[in-house]
Amino acid sequence: MTGIDAKAQEVIEEFELFDDWMDKYNHLIELGKSLPEISDSDKEDKYLVKGCQARVWLLAGLENGKVVFTADSDALITKGIVALLIRVLSDQPPGDIVDADLSFIDKIGLKEHLSQTRSNGLLNMIKQMKLYALAYQRSGQA
Amino acid sequence: MSINIEKLRQEFPILQQVVNNRPLVYLDNAATTQKPKVVMERLLRYYETENSNIHRGAHFLSSQATEAYEQARKTIQRFINARHHYEVIFTRGTTEAINLVASSFCKKFIKQGDEILISAMEHHANIVPWQMACEDYGAVLKVIPMNEAGELDMNAFQQLLGKKTRLVAVTHISNALGTINPVKEIIDIAHARDIPVLVDGAQATPHMAIDVQAMDCDFYCFSGHKMYGPMGVGVLYGKEKWLNEMPPYQGGGEMISEVRFDKTTYNELPFKFEAGTPNVADVLGMEAAMNFISSLGHEAIAIHENSLLQYATDRLQELEKIRFVGTAKQKTGVLSFLFTDIHPYDTGTILDKLGIAVRTGHHCAQPVMDFFDIPGTVRASLALYNTREEIDILMAGLQKVREMLA
Repeated sequence: MTGIDAKAQEVIEEFELFDDWMDKYNHLIELGKSLPEISDSDKEDKYLVKGCQARVWLLAGLENGKVVFTADSDALITKGIVALLIRVLSDQPPGDIVDADLSFIDKIGLKEHLSQTRSNGLLNMIKQMKLYALAYQRSGQA
Repeated sequence: MSINIEKLRQEFPILQQVVNNRPLVYLDNAATTQKPKVVMERLLRYYETENSNIHRGAHFLSSQATEAYEQARKTIQRFINARHHYEVIFTRGTTEAINLVASSFCKKFIKQGDEILISAMEHHANIVPWQMACEDYGAVLKVIPMNEAGELDMNAFQQLLGKKTRLVAVTHISNALGTINPVKEIIDIAHARDIPVLVDGAQATPHMAIDVQAMDCDFYCFSGHKMYGPMGVGVLYGKEKWLNEMPPYQGGGEMISEVRFDKTTYNELPFKFEAGTPNVADVLGMEAAMNFISSLGHEAIAIHENSLLQYATDRLQELEKIRFVGTAKQKTGVLSFLFTDIHPYDTGTILDKLGIAVRTGHHCAQPVMDFFDIPGTVRASLALYNTREEIDILMAGLQKVREMLA
């Protein structure tokens, strides 16, 4: 089990506590609010994830061979979703991120956000994170 | 005659649905309206008893289908009060109708340096085809500005009309704001300078009676699916004199008179613009939708929708930090708004969980959002089957949104 799988399992167990959608979304909103801020100077268009109705800035860096993601969004639910992704994928080796199985999103009942019509760009966020990881993997820095 | 809404709702099976464990509240009618049983039954009847290719075979079914199709053209002619049935061209929808004019009209009438005038509140479908034509012919796209209420600046419009203006293309009703534009006045002013006018009627046909002769527009475009009809079908109305002068849009069967390898001659109106096998079933479905609207009466529909718009506006105003976008004096049942402290996407997501269908985002009118300097809006758009109870549910939903996100 990779570190990613362990984190995903932790998220699944955490979301099992909620019986109703409202509690789940309240939790998601809280997760978004607790996401560490990024500086305003990093809110550049080149960091925007495409295809989101809300703006999502996603940045990546490499620390001790692991990819560290930071992000922000002007919509709280979207920010909660990106916070969840960061919790599972950040601070992990690039190779693990590239190969990560993200079925936990379905398991915690947020599958609807994977649909293209939602235009929150969850799929694009995942793609962007994997692309960052792939770039670090290829560059051999890791 | 007033409308019995409860009885009417029975005609729309989809409205009885449960979404996210709650009764569906459908308030996304400016995107597409739901279909009454009469429309679906018409489609079924066509495929069960009439289906065949039209204007071709000499057999029984073909002549029956041809007859039905051409009858539908006449129904639509009456619906918009066109002078001739052959001024009604069937298209895939409003977008294709505008593209047809942008392609064929411009090919004939637009030269380098000419100007095409649109407005600041257009849907992308009434912007991009003109931009493409301008690029092709070296023409210039000019834009009539609007004010903070979302009303066109008519003085600026007059000033923008110049010697090089070849066409004005404006929306009858803004999909993002609900503004009803003074199209008659726009047309009269443009015609005084011999400039033709295209009107995008996609948002108007479900809500008001259209009389293209009284309006005197040169082109009028609309879609079946926004007026209780099927998707994938729409109409371009064009004045005979323009349609005759314009070259064909697409080549293929049906639009020809005679084909030889050295030279092809084109069919007469309306067939010149209807290449290929047409969407017969959906044309008949659209006819059924128009008959459905006519049976209720435009006046009764308007009375119901206007009263609902007033009720909804009054109720939503009670909410804290709500900002309405589009407050024109003349408007239809579109409530475009946002909370100043909550992203519209968040609002829409929570409303969806409550079974309320609204649209969030830029509504295919990004320049409008840029003008108001907002990321988008939440748009609740009304149709003849909506009720005050549904507005109350929307109101409760919005209170819940504030509870969760403010």
